[in-house]
Amino acid sequence: MTAAALGKDLVGLEPLSAEQIRLILDTAEPFKEVSERPIKKVPALRGKTIVNLFFENSTRTRISFEFAEKRLSADTVNVAAAGSSVSKGETLVDTARNLEAMRIDMVVIRHGSSGAARFLGERIRSNVINAGDGKHEHPTQGLLDMLTLRDRFGRLEGLKVAIVGDILHSRVARSNIWGLTKLGAEVAVCGPPSLLPRNVRDLGVTVLPRIEDAIQWADALNVLRLQLERMQAGFIPSLREYNRVFGVSSERLARAPKPLAILHPGPMNRGVEIDSDVADGPHSVILPQVTNGVAVRMAVLYLLAGGSPDWGAEGSE
Amino acid sequence: MTERPILITGGRVIDPSRGADGRADVLLVDGRVEAVGVGIAAPEGARVVDAAGRVVAPGFIDLHVHLREPGQEDLETVATGAMAAVAGGFTAVCAMPNTDPVTDNQAAVGFIVRQALRAGKARVYPIGALSMGQRGELLTEFGELIGAGAVAVSDDGRPVVSSHLMRTALEYAQVFGIPVADHCEDPTLSHGGVMHEGLVSTRLGLKGIPAAAEEIHVARDVLLAELTGGHVHLCHMSTRGSVALIRRAKDKGLRVTAEATPHHFALTQDRVEGYDTNAKMNPPLREEADRDAIREALRDGTIDVIATDHAPHHYDAKEREFDLAPNGILGLETALGLAIRELVEPGLLTLPRLVELMSTVPARTFRLPGGTLATGAPADVVVFDPAARWTVDPGTFHSKSRNTPFGGAELVGRADLTIVGGRVVWERA
Repeated sequence: MTAAALGKDLVGLEPLSAEQIRLILDTAEPFKEVSERPIKKVPALRGKTIVNLFFENSTRTRISFEFAEKRLSADTVNVAAAGSSVSKGETLVDTARNLEAMRIDMVVIRHGSSGAARFLGERIRSNVINAGDGKHEHPTQGLLDMLTLRDRFGRLEGLKVAIVGDILHSRVARSNIWGLTKLGAEVAVCGPPSLLPRNVRDLGVTVLPRIEDAIQWADALNVLRLQLERMQAGFIPSLREYNRVFGVSSERLARAPKPLAILHPGPMNRGVEIDSDVADGPHSVILPQVTNGVAVRMAVLYLLAGGSPDWGAEGSE
Repeated sequence: MTERPILITGGRVIDPSRGADGRADVLLVDGRVEAVGVGIAAPEGARVVDAAGRVVAPGFIDLHVHLREPGQEDLETVATGAMAAVAGGFTAVCAMPNTDPVTDNQAAVGFIVRQALRAGKARVYPIGALSMGQRGELLTEFGELIGAGAVAVSDDGRPVVSSHLMRTALEYAQVFGIPVADHCEDPTLSHGGVMHEGLVSTRLGLKGIPAAAEEIHVARDVLLAELTGGHVHLCHMSTRGSVALIRRAKDKGLRVTAEATPHHFALTQDRVEGYDTNAKMNPPLREEADRDAIREALRDGTIDVIATDHAPHHYDAKEREFDLAPNGILGLETALGLAIRELVEPGLLTLPRLVELMSTVPARTFRLPGGTLATGAPADVVVFDPAARWTVDPGTFHSKSRNTPFGGAELVGRADLTIVGGRVVWERA
């Protein structure tokens, strides 16, 4: 496979084939090692200009992308919506065209509206990477979750992964569902029915109504962040009750037939969707997720820029 | 100024108001239908139009358009909207009151009437706001609105949240014999939704509007029609559940009428795929079973009329994130072609039935002149070619706006000649 291996943009995992997803994960493997070196830099994207265009606040994802870009030697610029022309009423398409007029190579975009990354990709020639668009997809999060699961279990095929929490509003859930099911994992979703999207079973997942059922069934739990706004919007009565009914606690996990890997895309609400002793416990892979995030993003940037998948040989020069 | 008489010869004359369908000539004199029959001789100085191979029918009447004037004249004006109407074969349109300022007083109604007269294209009948400022609190002065030229009241674009207000509107409207047109939507249920709630909204991560948001208000309005004996007209029906509710209301003999748009009988939620903002409308495009139920309801008369919900928007406004784009699409210049392609060609409707849905019944529903070629009726006539296949090029629209999901689509049937009050207002070059 060559430059066209992923197409121009990465807007989601839904449009990708199993082979393309596997390519990204395999390409991430040698990049993991770069971050372990004393000099964390390879020249793969030297001379490339990348704009990180963040219309929503983000710490982890933005920094992770920025590290990935810098470790590949790209030149990067960060644009946050607040304080930019966006807050002066500029439209997304105008922002994009102005950036393009400065001859950039790639845009990493985080935006509150579903479809924003695709919208941008259809209107500019630069590569566009979706760093989370509304409730649609967060493909690099899905990929880093998959890489972490593959590290932990040595395979994805046949693995049982339960995604727990607010599926309705979650782009992480959607990217996980597409990516995992394409690579042969079994996926279940578990959460209050008021936070499950319509027709979710048609995405190829099982619905488990109770967290206890998910814990009995799964090899791994991907625990989603429960946002405070959901309570204010009337989807659940209180965070306290959410924790009682759906919280992932060590007491509940103790009844699992086997130890479960615990994932969380962060930032965590300790004591709401996940208890601290679980988050910090021996089966938590939450920090390895973060480490893998940089490698996966390096792989995506590298492949979209036209890099050859057998980077490993080149990178060890 | 008197117009030359017009004799339309040799066309297939379809006039459901008289049960007529056959080859005949139509003579229009002094703005009225003078005669319909075989072998009519052309009077001195008459213009003779050869309509062989084409259909001659009473002009179409659209009970639901947005002309954006006053307030958003960069999107559409009464003149450009009335021009788009006649190019689509419509001789009369009813303009919804969500203008800026809102059409909630006699001066505002009179303004629209005057702008329409000045334009001299389609007849434009204003629909007055139901509540002051469309705020859903105080009734407007229905009598004053009607005196100035309004033909119905509605808060279209905004649901009437208060059942008490809807009830009083239905009661009070009976003094004047006008319908109350309602945009059926429970805003507490649809809140923030941008498309139909279903598999596509789940995949795209867009907030959905469940069918129940419409049906709750349809059910309420049916109950209030029963309570009050008033005439409720249900705008742009989109769900199979609504169709079932209307069918039951009609079986009971209630004064409930309903309309459906071309996009709701032609498209489904799948059209939103790719976040196409030209597929964003309210009510949203629904599921196949809903679309099929709408088609069947048009066939059997459960839904009374086809209305376009013509909603002009500027190019820039649609060229944005799906969540932020405005609702609605143009309808006037594609309605006939869609209706023939989607309903007549597949054998669901006959052409006479289509003329009923687009002319005869709309006139009757809002008690408007027209919708008939009876002797003495206004000379509002459309001549259309039911077999013309043409490709939609939004660049050629007469509307000021271009927002349509049908650009590039091949449609069947289009108006060649439109006559309003005995005057040719549109003729295909």
